[in-house]
Amino acid sequence: MGIQTPAPAPSLEPALEEQDAETGRTHRHRRRRVRPTTWAGLAFVAPLVAYLAVFYAYPLYENVSMSLHRYTRATFVTGQAPFVGFDIYREVLASPQFWPTVRQTATFVIVSLVFQYAIGLGLAVFFHRGFRLSGLLRALFLVPWLLPIIVSATTWQWMMDADNGILNRFLGVFGVDPIWWLNNEHSLWAVTIANIWLGIPFNLVILYSGLQNIPTDLYEAASLDGAGAWRQFRTITFPLLRPVTAITLLLGFVYTLKVVDIVWIMTMGTGTSQTLATWAYSMAFGKGASALIQYSQASVVGTILLLVALLMGFVYLFVQRRQED
Amino acid sequence: MNTFRRTWWKTAVGLVLTALMLFPLYWMINVSLTKREAVRSGDLYPKAFTLQNYRTVLGDQIPYLGTSLLVGFGTVVLTILIAAPAAYALSKLFVPGRRLLNFLLIVAQMIPAVVMALGFYTIYTNIGILDTVWGLILADSTIAVPFGVMLFSAFMAGIPRELLQAAQIDGASYWRTFRSVVLPVSRNSAVTVGLFAFLWAWSDFLFASTLNRDGGKLRPITMGLYDYIGSQNQEWGPLMATAVVASVPTAVLLVVAQRYVAAGVTAGAVKD
Repeated sequence: MGIQTPAPAPSLEPALEEQDAETGRTHRHRRRRVRPTTWAGLAFVAPLVAYLAVFYAYPLYENVSMSLHRYTRATFVTGQAPFVGFDIYREVLASPQFWPTVRQTATFVIVSLVFQYAIGLGLAVFFHRGFRLSGLLRALFLVPWLLPIIVSATTWQWMMDADNGILNRFLGVFGVDPIWWLNNEHSLWAVTIANIWLGIPFNLVILYSGLQNIPTDLYEAASLDGAGAWRQFRTITFPLLRPVTAITLLLGFVYTLKVVDIVWIMTMGTGTSQTLATWAYSMAFGKGASALIQYSQASVVGTILLLVALLMGFVYLFVQRRQED
Repeated sequence: MNTFRRTWWKTAVGLVLTALMLFPLYWMINVSLTKREAVRSGDLYPKAFTLQNYRTVLGDQIPYLGTSLLVGFGTVVLTILIAAPAAYALSKLFVPGRRLLNFLLIVAQMIPAVVMALGFYTIYTNIGILDTVWGLILADSTIAVPFGVMLFSAFMAGIPRELLQAAQIDGASYWRTFRSVVLPVSRNSAVTVGLFAFLWAWSDFLFASTLNRDGGKLRPITMGLYDYIGSQNQEWGPLMATAVVASVPTAVLLVVAQRYVAAGVTAGAVKD
């Protein structure tokens, strides 16, 4: 689970008037000269634009360019990698690792999302009607989410130790044989469990504030009509929470797709826990599952992730627009 | 009082759930306080109590902690310097292509860090700033800048127009209006943005492990921790003690600035 929470696009009203004027949509203003606010706006936004160009566009351009040139250790240093078009894309797609990795990534993401959301929603409903200490406990639930992932991941790694881990000891009480959580076969489940734990706070917070926006008189009316708690949840809470749900799941999807550290610290992306993001990481830096440095292959996988991110950006915009209407 | 009496069972359930959720953190502290010989016995509390792990760790990790602080504060400054003016422009002035820019900021937050790391790695190798602290600050700021711009502009959009117009009627330039009206009013947002920028920079593993692998002692604490993990004979006591030390800023910030944290979290997905 990643950490960021994108803020919504700022309110559209203040500048709307000017927008129309400048794009010439209204006839009256068509021949206006550039106004001082425009110059000021450009000046204030210029550092950001320069920043985005240098620190986003340029690295991304490098990434895409590397996926089209055959970079090896040697050509990386000399900078004379030959242009090969989409050859490396074909190789990566045909690689025996590609589809299994896509499947594992899909499992990791979907299972994480389902549990994070379900548990987060359950907790949000639980905390919704305040009780003594509810504020404090809710704040404590945030802690795992704000800790460095490397800290949580290390702790989970030790808890899932096959011989001495507390998890196996606990399961042993119920007569379950020790599970080799971190070996190739089970590592996908190990990292998924840790990732669900990591994502619960985010889901809880977002869904909780979504619940706050549901008018309480709806519930009062429903209980006057004799609707029980479950019925109220099904007919009021869940439907009215749909917009928040959409955004939560969307962001959760993006963050889970791109997460590297939780997987990397626990298993180095070995065995079934290899996802597209950790695969790219291991190929780029010659660690873990890929002992060889394969810059170009890594950037192919990176570019695929980039396209998904772009697609999700559009979906986000679409969802947000629909909510505004 | 009456309602509280009726909900005491909820408090009890809440306590149990919180305990379950925080168990891994308890376990981390537990192991960090346990003697080496007893780590593998898995006692539920530090029966073989020792502070030795912390003594070992503090000696080793202080340079890394210093670097992390430096990277954290550097990232905060850079993020606010870029985000605040841009947000002022996007929310209060006319900027051509504003919608496109807003869209790019959303996408920017969705780009996998591993893709960015690979690009940065190439560029840094070419211009020779690999393994430098400020190279890492620049990279870390990319995590926070888009978030910062959006959080600032969501807030600044709510500043009453009259307030800014009053300043302009008094003859203040745009820059002056920004500095002496907009910025002071946006103080809380600045704290929230700074807080998250700091936490993300502090927690960053991906950029540190790629762009600052060989920086020796000038590497952040996440790398200090990673060194322990990477070594063959895993020493769980000192490892967990390092993890606890690395968690201190988060704990402190959560205690002293909880409402700013909450503001940052919900600024995200939920519209008012």
